[in-house]
Amino acid sequence: MKYEGKKLVWRDYQKEIAEDHYFYARSCIRQTFFPGSEMTFLRILKDELGKDVCDGAHHTSCTGIGYHSDIVPLETTMTVIARQFALMTEAGYENYAASCITSFGLYTEIIDMWHHFPETEDRAREYLFKATGREFKVPKNLAHASDIIYKFRYEIAAKAKYRLVDKETGKPLKVVEHIGCHYSKMFPHKGVGGAEYPYVLTGMIEAWGGEVIDYPERRHCCGFGFRQYIVQANRGFSIACSKKKFDSMEPYEPDMIITNCPGCPMFLDRWQYALSEMEGKTYGKNGKGIPVFTYEEVAGIVMGYDPWEIGLQVHQVPAEPVLDKIGVEYDPDKKFKGPNGEDLGRPVAPSYLKFYKE
Amino acid sequence: MGKLYDKLSQDVRFVESLKACINCGTCTAICPAAEFYNYEPRVIATTVQSQDDAKIEELLKSETIWYCGECMSCKTRCPRGNAPGLLIIALRSLSQDLGYFTESEKGRQQLALKRTIGEWILKYGYCVNPDIMNPRLHPEQGPIWEWEKEHIEPVMEKMGANYHGEGPGALRKISDADLQELKNIFDITGGTERFRKIEESSEKKADEMGLDCGHDIDSEYFDYVYTTNNSKHTRS
Repeated sequence: MKYEGKKLVWRDYQKEIAEDHYFYARSCIRQTFFPGSEMTFLRILKDELGKDVCDGAHHTSCTGIGYHSDIVPLETTMTVIARQFALMTEAGYENYAASCITSFGLYTEIIDMWHHFPETEDRAREYLFKATGREFKVPKNLAHASDIIYKFRYEIAAKAKYRLVDKETGKPLKVVEHIGCHYSKMFPHKGVGGAEYPYVLTGMIEAWGGEVIDYPERRHCCGFGFRQYIVQANRGFSIACSKKKFDSMEPYEPDMIITNCPGCPMFLDRWQYALSEMEGKTYGKNGKGIPVFTYEEVAGIVMGYDPWEIGLQVHQVPAEPVLDKIGVEYDPDKKFKGPNGEDLGRPVAPSYLKFYKE
Repeated sequence: MGKLYDKLSQDVRFVESLKACINCGTCTAICPAAEFYNYEPRVIATTVQSQDDAKIEELLKSETIWYCGECMSCKTRCPRGNAPGLLIIALRSLSQDLGYFTESEKGRQQLALKRTIGEWILKYGYCVNPDIMNPRLHPEQGPIWEWEKEHIEPVMEKMGANYHGEGPGALRKISDADLQELKNIFDITGGTERFRKIEESSEKKADEMGLDCGHDIDSEYFDYVYTTNNSKHTRS
């Protein structure tokens, strides 16, 4: 095979991803805003692919958002991370799978730091033992959960009920992929495809029938910026970053956005709503937005899972235009019902962003 | 070499982040914060590299060091392998250790971050939790979040979460024993001391400003630091 252009870059940035037996660590933001995505990840890994995943109760946040808000010192964060590794070790696992990109970036950074400054690893071991009596081994393999879905993208495609294809025209859906900054900007060799042209989501999109849009601000941050979103006075920075991306992708008329970081899909979804309220501006056709998905949700869609079980009803930008274009069968009346079909009312429609069909 | 530069040199992140800056400005060109704020990571690197204590002290008390979003885009592109974003983390850390952070509007926000994210880690075991994502503080979350909050238990159950439940799963209750281990780690490694310093310096500043610092997110000073923006931070 002749490698040139981006394929040449991707060949240089391949990483080893474990085949089985993962210790899974949940994400602060993912489980708060998109718990259905974590459920879908485990359902695909365990039920569809027959993999062994330890979903334990005792792990916690890695403190990453606190660390990058600069209120949690390095020594504290690296010891909490050491505790996560100890829980993995005690459970008999060697392969660590992080749901969160901030966590994945921090684990990568801390392991790199321990390698270059061994005295810091000694301190982490000493602190952890003193605080908890625990000891740990550094993971043999560290992956972000999107790496694992990427690894099994063809197996998922083989089992899929749907493809990312327009059912009317047979053409691939046009997809914007957005990679969380901490996936590979700090350590390009730890991400599939590197930092300039990450392939982790592109590989999934291509395997499932879609077409990736290459637009100018593809690598720009979504604008989370930790303190830049958490503190209300700073949110102008956050929304400005997302706006820059939307303005840049709009001319390419994307059908959807797919992301691998827990925060990015929430910001790219919510800031579309906020921009519509502030400026009356929407980025899809006819007052619609551009639906934003997690990669687990997209995997769940192609697998034919019920959209309301994987959590698509909690998006502010409705997912239905994409479901309809693909031809996904679903019951629109169940969208805002409870688990036993109970009536939960309906959210108020935004002022400009089209939310309901009628 | 000044004393502040010496202190910075003891931080492993400083050692990793700044080798020899050639002042090319690539970091500024790629930086999302430099596009929005009056901010140039290149100038931060140059100032620190000067080893001039007076300039470094000015930096530690300035608005400037709080503009970075720590996305680390600078790390990818720097032709010399520097990481201005990591240098910023070291500077912010020292600014808090010395109590300088309350000298700037953006620095004073550390109290808001400590009383939200910081305390939530120790209370819930996670930095974020739906219970404390208040629509009043987060209007951008939209009507979908208001609906979700109103029906949180059935909505979470439908999505497979174990909301406030025992055992594994999304949004499970973290056991007291696990929270105690986190607390022990914070006590032993300086996390608790960092929180104490943020509170102590903030209380002093609140007194100077004639505002009630309180102890939670309902205080006058919290509200002030959480919402105040003098509109002089951005590029015109």
